Amino acid sequence: MAQVHLRDVVKKYGPLEVVHSINLDIADGEFVVLVGPSGCGKSTTLRMVAGLEGISGGQVKIGGRVVNDLPPRERNISMVFQNYALYPHMTVRENLGFSLKIAKQSQADIDKAVDEAAEILSLTPLMDRKPGALSGGQRQRVAMGRAIVRHPEVFLFDEPLSNLDAKLRTQMRVEIKKLHQKLKSTIIYVTHDQIEAMTLADRIVIMRDGHIEQVGTPLDVFENPVNTFVGTFIGSPPMNLLSGTVKGSSIEFEDGTLLPVPPGYEIADGQAVTFGVRADNIMPVGHALPRGEHMAEVEMAVDLTEPLGTETLLFATLAGTEVQAKMLNPRPVQSGERMTFQIMLDKCHLFDAETGATLRK
Amino acid sequence: MNRLKLPPWLVLLLPAIIILSAVVLIPLVLSLYSSFTSYRLTRPDSIFNWVGFFNYEKALTDVKFWAAFGRTVLLLTVALNLEMLFGLGLALMVSKVTQGQRLLRTMMMFPMMFSPILVGFQFKFIFNDNVGLVNNALQSLGITDQAIPWLVDGHLAMFSIIFAEIWTATSVFGILILAGLYAIPRDPLEAAKVDGCTAWQSFRYVTLPFLMPFIYIAMAIRSLDVARAYDIVQIMTNGGPARRTELLWTLIGRTGYVDARMGYANAMGYISIFLAIFFTIYFFKKLTQSRKELGMGA
Ligand SMILES: Nc1ncnc2c1ncn2[C@@H]1O[C@H](COP(=O)(O)OP(=O)(O)O)[C@@H](O)[C@H]1O
Ligand SMILES: [Mg+2]
Repeated sequence: MAQVHLRDVVKKYGPLEVVHSINLDIADGEFVVLVGPSGCGKSTTLRMVAGLEGISGGQVKIGGRVVNDLPPRERNISMVFQNYALYPHMTVRENLGFSLKIAKQSQADIDKAVDEAAEILSLTPLMDRKPGALSGGQRQRVAMGRAIVRHPEVFLFDEPLSNLDAKLRTQMRVEIKKLHQKLKSTIIYVTHDQIEAMTLADRIVIMRDGHIEQVGTPLDVFENPVNTFVGTFIGSPPMNLLSGTVKGSSIEFEDGTLLPVPPGYEIADGQAVTFGVRADNIMPVGHALPRGEHMAEVEMAVDLTEPLGTETLLFATLAGTEVQAKMLNPRPVQSGERMTFQIMLDKCHLFDAETGATLRK
Repeated sequence: MNRLKLPPWLVLLLPAIIILSAVVLIPLVLSLYSSFTSYRLTRPDSIFNWVGFFNYEKALTDVKFWAAFGRTVLLLTVALNLEMLFGLGLALMVSKVTQGQRLLRTMMMFPMMFSPILVGFQFKFIFNDNVGLVNNALQSLGITDQAIPWLVDGHLAMFSIIFAEIWTATSVFGILILAGLYAIPRDPLEAAKVDGCTAWQSFRYVTLPFLMPFIYIAMAIRSLDVARAYDIVQIMTNGGPARRTELLWTLIGRTGYVDARMGYANAMGYISIFLAIFFTIYFFKKLTQSRKELGMGA
């Protein structure tokens, strides 16, 4: 049972600072996902918690204990690596039991813990194989099994699913979530895939360039992004962004199109803003969700369609910018066809045009 | 057109066949044949004097031959194991060095750059009982006032030869094991750290299994080398004193060229080659096995 606290944690490689003074509090039993584009410092942060990277500044606490100077084995953590990192010369059984053997547990205890983990991850028929004779998904499960046999206080996952194909990834995602519900231990999970982050996390930590941009529940970061980066990074397809200027109670776009300022924003006249709207909130009339309280309508020519079955993605041009819209109950749409779209204004966002920060108070 | 028509594959292989027979086949057949004769270098016509298995029987019942055989196996075992240990230590230390590693790696190879004959002369001087470095150093330090007969006493001479052998060849192990260290993936080592291993345990359970194929390759190469050891011994002790450091090939060389009994020497040579072949096959078996352990190869 452990909380994890990061206090002003810094990582430098020589003169190069790659993680800048990060603060994060993780509750006991919480499933936290660090997400961000590749190279933003997620792995480095995780590895500092694991003890595989030195900490250049600040403090890491696990279960109330400062662990900055403790080796990994004294931190009561276990880690699942992206490339599985199995011991190729050991069988599945030996791989699973290795940490317990090192901890000098009795053979009976080791067998019991290993069999239990094998049961949970359905590895029982594979116990005498070597990793070389396993498929990617099976190796991944062995790596997870190796992590759970020790009952650590904190699980660390570094992009554990990125080497699996899409179908297996979805499947393993569910398994990881079930595992967390069963074990109830603290998990820090790193991924660059926002869908993985959204589906798994109790709380998402969005990172960019060694900074934390936003921390919140999946719905919170989806509905209230603090800046354009989070807005476009979380959610698929990415949020549409349009540059405009506030004129009274409207926003004027470059080509003169006018849209009302979304409710909840009070913005001075003449301020340059970025207007953000997700495809889910811009739909052709007649193929949309029921009308809400604050609606606006625009007419656009459809350039391209992507039928997805239950819905179709429409690519159109609004005020000189390509935007993506969603069509429910789709019908065939000709390229070049002009359609009227309704925009749900209460789901739209305004950001500072310069800093990208949200203008919501 | 009435030219001799050879099949094209034979025409294409002909140059290789000619070169191979000139370089390998003819000497092989000739030496094998001569081991069944009483061929003496001083009486060329004796090469037609067929004696059947007489030379082989003589070698297999000759105490001197078996003594040299045993000594060669001893040298192989002791030198190879020590070279492996020292090479491993050297490689581990060099791999930890962060600055100037290239320079160190180059320096590691220095001993391999000298002809074994020169190394033999050098160590003959170093271990000389009157003017040698070792005795001089020991006497100056006041450790002894005797002139220790490094190359004259049977046991000490063997020790000196092993010492020289190790000096020249430890770097073979060092370099190959270093290559092995570079090839180890980082992930399993990190997993071992997280799994609770101390540095020693990581080495024992993860690093070493990864290094074993490299160690066996070095062993195979070096076993061939040591099994045919000749030059260093010839220079340092000439098989002496009183044949106490006689190895297989110094014995064979002496029999063939000094005593001029080439037929007998060739017979001993063929028996000796089995020793080298045995060790090589043994280490290759171990190599295949250790690679299989790691899930490499079939
Ligand atoms: N050993 C290293 N030396 C120098 N820079 C490094 C090292 N490891 C990682 N970095 C840099 O640190 C940054 C963060 O890397 P990382 O944490 O691996 O990113 P990711 O979010 O993709 O996991 C990257 O810009 C990377 O180039
Ligand atoms: Mg990474």
